[in-house]
Amino acid sequence: VETPVKYLILIYGNPATRKVWEGLSEAQRVDATRGYAALNEDLATSGESIVQETLADPSLTKRVSVREGRTMTTDGPFAEVKEHLAGFYLVDCESIDRAVEHAARIPEAGLGLVEVRPIMDLSALGL
Amino acid sequence: MRTTPQVEDLLRELAPQVLGALVRHYGGFDTCEDAVQEALLAAAVQWPTEGVPDNPKGWLIAVASRRRTELWRNEAARRRREETVAAQAPPDPEPVAGVDDTLTLLLLCCHPSLTEVSQVALTLRAVGGLSTAEIARAFLVPEPTVAQRISRAKQRIKASGTEFRMPPEVEVSERIVAVLHVLYLIFNEGHTASSGSALNRVELTTEAIRLTRQLHDRLPEDTEVAGLLALMLLTDARRPARTRPDGALVPLAEQDRRQWDAQAIAEGVTLITQTLASAPIGPYQLQAAIAAVHDEAARSEDTDWRQILGLYELLHTIAAGPMVTLNRIVAVAMVHGPHAGLQQLATAEADPALAGHHRVDAVRAHLLDIAGDHEAARAYYRLAARRTLSVPEQRYLESRAAQLTPPSRP
Repeated sequence: VETPVKYLILIYGNPATRKVWEGLSEAQRVDATRGYAALNEDLATSGESIVQETLADPSLTKRVSVREGRTMTTDGPFAEVKEHLAGFYLVDCESIDRAVEHAARIPEAGLGLVEVRPIMDLSALGL
Repeated sequence: MRTTPQVEDLLRELAPQVLGALVRHYGGFDTCEDAVQEALLAAAVQWPTEGVPDNPKGWLIAVASRRRTELWRNEAARRRREETVAAQAPPDPEPVAGVDDTLTLLLLCCHPSLTEVSQVALTLRAVGGLSTAEIARAFLVPEPTVAQRISRAKQRIKASGTEFRMPPEVEVSERIVAVLHVLYLIFNEGHTASSGSALNRVELTTEAIRLTRQLHDRLPEDTEVAGLLALMLLTDARRPARTRPDGALVPLAEQDRRQWDAQAIAEGVTLITQTLASAPIGPYQLQAAIAAVHDEAARSEDTDWRQILGLYELLHTIAAGPMVTLNRIVAVAMVHGPHAGLQQLATAEADPALAGHHRVDAVRAHLLDIAGDHEAARAYYRLAARRTLSVPEQRYLESRAAQLTPPSRP
């Protein structure tokens, strides 16, 4: 028996995707937004949606470090990061194939910037 | 909101009966189900403080009927229809002779047009009497997700035109298979390593046993229903020994068997022994028989592995599957030695269902460990630990690897 697993669908962005987005016509943008809306709607109706969020611009990131009990922050993401997390979906699906099916509908998948990763749980089957 | 356990038990027992009475009287499963949920909630609030009414079932039916009429009117108003006065009288609280609503409900909730997760959610709510919030907590998903699954399931049932009555005789046994699968899923979902820290978490294993027991009471002749009940009892009996106080898992071979629930084992063993004496045999009965052999060994080294191997061979013949294959290989190793097991594992791995599965690595590690090849065992335990999706299993596999690490010399 395979119990249903939660999957995180990660959507990345980079300077190139930003350029693509900026270069879209108004109609193309509406199309992309509609694609998201339709996916959200379907995930909600099927009872597979847990949470989905779009992350704010990476320039608003705070990097946190604790030294000798003191919390310090610096602005901006890790300098060496070329790709940043732009948004995510947490879904509860019957199989990873099903999660991939959803991920493929995300407009960014056309740019090859979408990943699906299983979430760990507390199941203790067969132990 | 907390209710006393007695009230809770009573409500869960009555839930399917009340729902059955309403659907039978009014029709319209979806609206009746919503109405019964609200009646159960009202009872959960009122009964603990005001006392349980003399006729609790009649009370629930009356409240649910009123609520149903309100819900129905709202809906009817939208459709500009009017309800006849005659249909507003609540149904008779006395059961209809020769009719079993709980069984009909179970079959309806596990209708083939529904997805597995929807079958599970609907069964727990309509037959188990759990609230959407309780189901959500048990499955660690948000409440709207569960609510959506239930409402979608009800829409599908409505769209399929299924009526609230027993399906034709020829379909029943097939539908029972689906019910057993759902009950097994519920049991397994509750079989997690949560060490009681999750407050308010509904015990899904207990609920699955309760529902399976109800089904067994109604179908005592069905050997697979009996087999599943025995399997659940014999597995759940080990629960007190399965986790350490810190939540870490204890494998079967290392469990303190004095902590096992002797009463549950006795009941399970009696049930499976009686059941195996009558045909037909099925996968749940065989799994129960295997669990019984484990449970009857006073010490791990007393385990009758020959018998277990024989049962796995049988299970492999009638219901082959990747996990059966792996468990059979472990039994092979226990009877014929680790090298025989490792040899069969190499062959089994070619099966696409097992290729790259972390359990293959875990079994290989275990067999290498027994064979004395500790270095290779450690590597495979680590590999399995990296690839499992289960946190407790990962912790267990990592600890096995750590135990095999030679002490470092300065």
